[in-house]
Amino acid sequence: MAVNRMFRTCPMTGLRVHQPAEALIKANAVAAVVSLLVGGVLALLVTLTRWPAVHLLPADWYYLVLTAHGINMLIFWIIFFEIAVLYFASSTLLGCRLAAPRLAWFAFLLMVLGALINNYAVFRGDSSVMFTSYAPMGAHPTFYLGLIVFAVGALIACFVFFGTLIVGKEERTYIGSVPLVTFGAITAAIIAVFTIASGAIILIPTFLWSVGLVDHIDSLMYRTVWWAFGHSSQQINVSAHVAIWYAIAAILFGAKPMSEKVSRFAFLMYILFLQIAAAHHLLVDPGLTSNWKILNTSYALYLAVVASMVHGLTVPGSIEVAQRAKGYTKGLFEWLRKAPWGNPVFSGMFMSLLGFGFLGGISGVILGTEQLNIIMHNTIYVPGHFHATVVLGTTLAFMAVTYFVIPAIFRREVSFPKMAQWQPYVFTLGMTMVCLFMMGAGTLGVPRRHWDITFAGNPLGFEFPGMAFLMMGLMGIGGVLAVVGGAMYLLVTVHSVFLGKKIQTPGFAQVRVVEGAAPAPAQPVSAALQAHGGVGAWSAPGTFALAMVFLTAFVLYYFINWNYLSTVWPLR
Amino acid sequence: MSAILPPEQRVWWKQPIEPIEITWIVVAFIWGLIMFLMMPYWHVFGKQNLANEAYRATPEVFVAKTQAMVDKYQVREETDQKIPVVRPPAGSDVYLIARLWQWWPMLELEEGQSYKLHLMSLDWLHGFSLQPENINIQVHPGYMHLLTVQPSKAGTYAIICNEYCGINHHTMVSRLYVVPKK
Repeated sequence: MAVNRMFRTCPMTGLRVHQPAEALIKANAVAAVVSLLVGGVLALLVTLTRWPAVHLLPADWYYLVLTAHGINMLIFWIIFFEIAVLYFASSTLLGCRLAAPRLAWFAFLLMVLGALINNYAVFRGDSSVMFTSYAPMGAHPTFYLGLIVFAVGALIACFVFFGTLIVGKEERTYIGSVPLVTFGAITAAIIAVFTIASGAIILIPTFLWSVGLVDHIDSLMYRTVWWAFGHSSQQINVSAHVAIWYAIAAILFGAKPMSEKVSRFAFLMYILFLQIAAAHHLLVDPGLTSNWKILNTSYALYLAVVASMVHGLTVPGSIEVAQRAKGYTKGLFEWLRKAPWGNPVFSGMFMSLLGFGFLGGISGVILGTEQLNIIMHNTIYVPGHFHATVVLGTTLAFMAVTYFVIPAIFRREVSFPKMAQWQPYVFTLGMTMVCLFMMGAGTLGVPRRHWDITFAGNPLGFEFPGMAFLMMGLMGIGGVLAVVGGAMYLLVTVHSVFLGKKIQTPGFAQVRVVEGAAPAPAQPVSAALQAHGGVGAWSAPGTFALAMVFLTAFVLYYFINWNYLSTVWPLR
Repeated sequence: MSAILPPEQRVWWKQPIEPIEITWIVVAFIWGLIMFLMMPYWHVFGKQNLANEAYRATPEVFVAKTQAMVDKYQVREETDQKIPVVRPPAGSDVYLIARLWQWWPMLELEEGQSYKLHLMSLDWLHGFSLQPENINIQVHPGYMHLLTVQPSKAGTYAIICNEYCGINHHTMVSRLYVVPKK
C-alpha cells in the first residue's frame, strides 16, 4: 500500500505538516468544537436552573441536562481536542508522517459513534445518572456502551500517536530527544492508556450488569475503580494543557524551557504519582483506612502537586527569560506588562495558568486532604474546584491554542479579531465568578447536583443562609457570562474555519519528505555541557515573586480551612 | 531552541539546573511534606477524624437493628409520614437509615454527649450532610459506617442528601435535634 508522504511547509512556523495528519487534526478539532457547542448550551440550562432566582428547568430535565453537560464537556470536547493535540505534537512537531492514517480515521469514527450513542442514551431520559454513573443506580445499557465505544476509539488514537513516535525515530526526522511539548503529550498519552484501562475494568462489568449478565456491582468497588478512570482522565488534561502552555510560550516568545531536565522530570512525576491519587475522592467513604487514604492521596510528599508547582514556575519563568533577553528588564514585572495582552493566544494561556494554579490547584489540594474533605465533600465546592482546573485550566488553554491553530493548520485568518481579543477576558471573568462563588456556597454547605436548595414545600426543609443564595445568584451571573465567552469562541472559530479568509503565502510549498530528512544537528554533541537553558544566575525574579505570592495564598488558605474544621462537632 | 523543537543540547540531562528552579523545588517539597504531616498530626491532636470502623451488613440486619432502637427509645412522631423521633441514651449505639428518598428515623441527641452513629444505605449511594454544621459523609449500601459523634451545641440541625440519588434526590432531607444538657 502506498504511503502518503506529502507534507506542506508552514510559512508561519517552518513546521512540516503531513497531509493526512492535518486532515485528522481538523476532523478531531471540529468534533471537539461541536461537543463544546452542545455542552455549552447545556451549561446555560444548568446555570439558569441553579441560579435560585431563575430556577429554569423542572427536576427531571435538570438532572438529565446536568448528566449530558458533564459528559459532553469532560469527555467528548476535551478528548477530541486532545487527540488533535496528540497528532500535532507527534506528526507535526517531529516533522514525520502519521502512522496508519486509516486506523486513525477508524478511531475517529468510533469516537463519533460512541459520543452519539451515549448522548442518545442520556436524551432518552432513563439515564440521568450523572457523569459518575455510580452503581447501583443504573442507566440504559447504551449509556455504558457509548462510553466504551468512544474509549476504544480514543485508545486506538493513542496507539496511532505512539506509532507516529516510532515512525519519527525510525525515519530520523529529528535529531536527539523529542521536543518538550511532545514529551508532555507522551505523558498525556501514557496516562490516557492507564485511564482507559481503568475505565474498561469498571464500565464493561457495569454494562454487563445493565443487560443482566452480572448480578451485583459493589458500590465501593465501583467508586474506587471508577475514580481511577475519572480522576486520571483529568490528569490527561493537566498534562495536555501544560504541554500547550510550553508550546505557546515557545511559539510566541521563542521561550526555551529553563532547564529541560526539570520540566521533563515534572512531567514524569505526573505519570508516577497522579493517577492512583484518585483515592482523594474516597476520603469520607466507609471501609477504607486512614493509612490508605493518607498514603494514596499524598505519597508522603505530594509529589504530583510539586510537579504542577514546578510547571507553574518554569512556564512563566521561561517567558520572563525570553522577554528580558528582548530588553524588557525594568523592575520585576516589565516583561509581563509588555507581554502581548491583546493577543488571545497569550492572554488565554496566561489566564489559564493563573486560574489553574491559584483557584484550581489550591482548592484541589485542600479538598484532597483527608480531614478537610469532611467539611467539603459533595458540596458545590467540588464543582467550584474542578471548573477552575478543567475549564479555566484546560478549556481556556485549548481555546487559546485554537487561535494559533486556525491560521497554522486550517490556513484561515481569524475572523472578528476584536471579538477574539476580548473572548479570553469575558470567558475568564465569567468562569472565575462561577468557581469562586461555587466554592463560597460550598463552604456554607450548599450541595452539588441538587435541584432545589430551598426544599420548597418540604415540612422538614432546611433554610440555607441568605449568603448562600446570594452566592448562587452571583454564580448564575458568572455562568451566563462564561457562556457568552464560550459563544464568542464558537462564533470566531466556526466562522474562521468555514468562512474565514484563506491565507495564501508565497512560502507555502508542498514537499515530499523521504526518510532521513532531518536537518543537520545545530551543534556538535561536545558543545552540550556549555550552554544553559536560561541565562543562569537569578534569571526570573518576577516569576519567583509571583510564585511566592502563590505560596503565601496557598499556606494561608490551607490553615484557614483547618481552623474551620476545628470548629465543627468532634468526630471519631 | 525551544519547547517545540528537540533540545539544542543533546545531552540535556547533564545541564545544570537553574538556581531559581532548584530553590522553588526545595520550597515546594518542604510545603508538600508539611501538608502530608498535617494529616497524621490531626489524627493525634485534632478532634475531627473518621473512625475507619465499618462492617458489611445486609439491609435486613440494619433495618432490624434500627427498628429495635426505635421500639425502645421513640419519644414522638413527626410529619404526615409519622417519622419516629428517637432519643437514645448518651453513649449508646444509634442507627440512621438512608434510603430513597428518606432518612429514617429522626434522632434527638444530647449536647456534649458522645454517640456511636451507624450509617448505612439500603439501596443506592447517599450523602449524609449535616447542616449548618457542614459535616459530609458518603453513605454506601452494604457498608455500615460507625462514627462517634459529639454534638457540641444544642439546636435543630438538618440532614440533607448530597449524593445524587435519582429524581427525588432534592426531597431527601431530615432533622436532627440536639437538646441542652440537663
